[in-house]
Amino acid sequence: MNGARNANAGIGRAASQVHRVLTEAWRLQPLYVSLYAILLSFVVGGVLISIIGVNPFTAYWALLRGMVGGGDEIAGSLARSVPFIGSALALAFAFRAGLFNIGAEGQLLAGGVTAAYVGALSWMSDLPGIVAIPLILIAGTMGGAIWGGIPGVLRTKTGAHEVISTIMLNSLVLFGVRWMVNSRDPVVLRDTESTVPRTDSISDTAVLPELVDSQPVLHVGLFALVGICFVVAFVLKRTTFGFEVGTVGLNPHASHYAGINVNRVIVASMAASGAFAGLAAASEISGTNGFFQPGTFFLMGFDGIAIALLARTNPVAIIAAALLWGSMLSGAPLMQQEADVSIDVVRIIQAMVLLFVAADAIVRYLFRVREHDQSPFKATSIEGAV
Amino acid sequence: MAQASGGAARPVLEVEGITKAFPGVVANDDVSLTLNQGEIHCLLGENGAGKSTLVNMVFGLYRPDQGTIKVRGEEVHFEDSGDAIARGIGMVHQHFQLIPVFTVAENIILGNEVTKGAFLDLDSARRQIDSLAERYGLAVDPDATVGELSVGEQQRVELVKALFRDADILILDEPTAVLTPGEVDDFFGVVESLTGQGKSIIFITHKLREVLAVADRITVLRAGRVVGTAAAEGATQQSLANLMVGRDVVFRVDKAEADPGAPVLRTQGLRVADDRGVETVSGFDVEVRAGEIFGIAGVEGNGQRELVEAICGMRPAAGGRVEMLGQETTDWNPRKINELGVAHVPENRSKHGVVAQYTIADNLVLNRYHHRKFSQRGVRNTAAINAEAQELVEQFDVRTPGVDAIIDTLSGGNQQKVIVARELTGDLKALVVAQPTRGLDVGSIEFIHRKIIELRDRGVAVLLVSAELDEILSLSDRFGVLYRGRLAGTVNAADATREELGLLMATGSSGGPS
Repeated sequence: MNGARNANAGIGRAASQVHRVLTEAWRLQPLYVSLYAILLSFVVGGVLISIIGVNPFTAYWALLRGMVGGGDEIAGSLARSVPFIGSALALAFAFRAGLFNIGAEGQLLAGGVTAAYVGALSWMSDLPGIVAIPLILIAGTMGGAIWGGIPGVLRTKTGAHEVISTIMLNSLVLFGVRWMVNSRDPVVLRDTESTVPRTDSISDTAVLPELVDSQPVLHVGLFALVGICFVVAFVLKRTTFGFEVGTVGLNPHASHYAGINVNRVIVASMAASGAFAGLAAASEISGTNGFFQPGTFFLMGFDGIAIALLARTNPVAIIAAALLWGSMLSGAPLMQQEADVSIDVVRIIQAMVLLFVAADAIVRYLFRVREHDQSPFKATSIEGAV
Repeated sequence: MAQASGGAARPVLEVEGITKAFPGVVANDDVSLTLNQGEIHCLLGENGAGKSTLVNMVFGLYRPDQGTIKVRGEEVHFEDSGDAIARGIGMVHQHFQLIPVFTVAENIILGNEVTKGAFLDLDSARRQIDSLAERYGLAVDPDATVGELSVGEQQRVELVKALFRDADILILDEPTAVLTPGEVDDFFGVVESLTGQGKSIIFITHKLREVLAVADRITVLRAGRVVGTAAAEGATQQSLANLMVGRDVVFRVDKAEADPGAPVLRTQGLRVADDRGVETVSGFDVEVRAGEIFGIAGVEGNGQRELVEAICGMRPAAGGRVEMLGQETTDWNPRKINELGVAHVPENRSKHGVVAQYTIADNLVLNRYHHRKFSQRGVRNTAAINAEAQELVEQFDVRTPGVDAIIDTLSGGNQQKVIVARELTGDLKALVVAQPTRGLDVGSIEFIHRKIIELRDRGVAVLLVSAELDEILSLSDRFGVLYRGRLAGTVNAADATREELGLLMATGSSGGPS
């Protein structure tokens, strides 16, 4: 047990440095630093686009129309954004408990594969939608919660740092499900009829109702994930459990002294975080794909980290940040089509957003955001404004 | 104390009409102070009086809103502490700025590295350190690892570090707060040898006994203003205390004879290990009865922390048992023990006592937030929490703009009042207090002592752990000395003398067989 502790201590220390920086970022900076970071990234992206010989305004105009140019575009952007809300919440919630959950990528896969498995069970088709749909969503949520809870348990029982264990669990589930879906001998989850590796299709009764037949399809999962953000905001700000989570996150020693069961809070927070990712994955399986393919959630968990930080882990701000993120990705193909600018440019702009949020000194300098603006009282109102 | 306030005094530092405001509070209001060559100038004041703000400006950490600072007659405008160091100003902070895994020599040269080509020239650094150490009587081993040194030794390293940078003006921020009585005496010796060789010292403290022992001159701050500057000669503890607090201070704690009842808290053969697994409490027996204050004196590091944490459920016992109110509570969790009516004022205020980023209101319910009064069906009742906080803030005289202020913006004394307010409220049967007045000003100490005695008079069993002899002597009804994890002799407070107690603390026995 001690060995594991020591082995992890070095990396754990490095991670806690990262964590400290992020904690400070969350505590001190109001959201307008995020807005400036976005603006700045687009300016730098514009310079990049003009270097490759394209008028950046033409490119951005196409991007904008691709994002919100019409009903279908808006619906497509919304649909693309929905799962990001869940993966961002997965980081944000654990973060409030002082934990750095970078395992959303794996928690999505765990949730997605569980949802697809339960959704394809033969008896599901005998159930009415009102039972089958909650069932598939709960199954995915549970899958994510278990996969998120494991690092919490490891942390409390062995002292293994969650950064290490979530990374490892990401690999474990990624290669695990890949094998389960690919393998023909034995057949584990593979739909043997299909030429591509995927699971069996879920029962029709377990399909989330469609809102708009856009690309991708906009389904009712939108309401579920937006709703969850408000629930999380309420839980963190107003409930006793939220108080415990925040207290453990800010000062685990004082929490222990005050009688809070710190280990329980750590496991519960990690499980809740995983649950949000699992719910996002289940809603995609149920509403969009209808089956599970290992590549579906590629990078979605890591994008969630960026979105959560852009939103300063504020659950309501996550809705806006996820919408921006998803719609940029959704609008990028039109930019490629019309202005001949690669989709990767949008990825680069997104990476810069995160970079500027993390290295906020650049933003502060350029936009003259003074540290002085943050009297302790002001910082309070931000902290309290969940 | 060569050149007290004689006519030949040469000012090395002049602060004139300094004003510094922070949002919502004027920390320094038209403060002036003159430090003469070779002088020990004590800066005295309650917590939050503006002492630290003032010296932080002198050391270049803050910039004054108004007023001037002159060093050796020349007006200076420091951008940062580097400018102050370049002018020969050195500061030893209350919390040492040392890197535990580095050696003494490495710490001292840090930021001012002596190099030979691309390499550190540790040999020449070592020689310089040795010669400084010898000159000022600051024994330090350049090759020792800082993390393994005692607090007193670390402080000497800080001093050598300042001297290594050619500091002539030394600012010492509450240097004695962390030292044992013996270390304090050594420290005074060092300070006098420094001034004897021409260094000038600003010494921040709120311990009156020390001021009178070392100061040449004294400046008293209250609420950001200078309320008096005096030569140390002729000053008395009483006159200084009255000046600091702004009213008459009662030094002796007035308390009636104890009327002890049934035993409430009992330990038998309690053994506890510290974080490294070393057993620091080894066979501790005590019995505290209702309505009495049992004091535990002793030099810090003799197992006090582990003892208190084990009694309050924060640390598992390695052996023995703890009983409260007739039930065995060994290894109960902190909440279960708390709900039994046992309150705990922790030794480490910032680590355990408060959540620095929380409001005063949230800190006041830190261990009660889940009670029906403050939480219904899992939802916090903010109105009830704020109402309770408002009441406690008034009752315990916490000086704050409001209950929604972040606790970190309060002075140490007011933070401690918040903790005391939280712990001393409710239906208490027993109270465990560790170092309840450490680092506090006279006014707050007096207040907290009164509150503890009030509880005793209401029949609460109080276990008081303190490194302050005066506190033990004036508060306890009975006390013992904790020496190497055991209770060395129990004494009735009425019979005890400081000398006897000092001997017990240092050797674990009072001379005769115990």
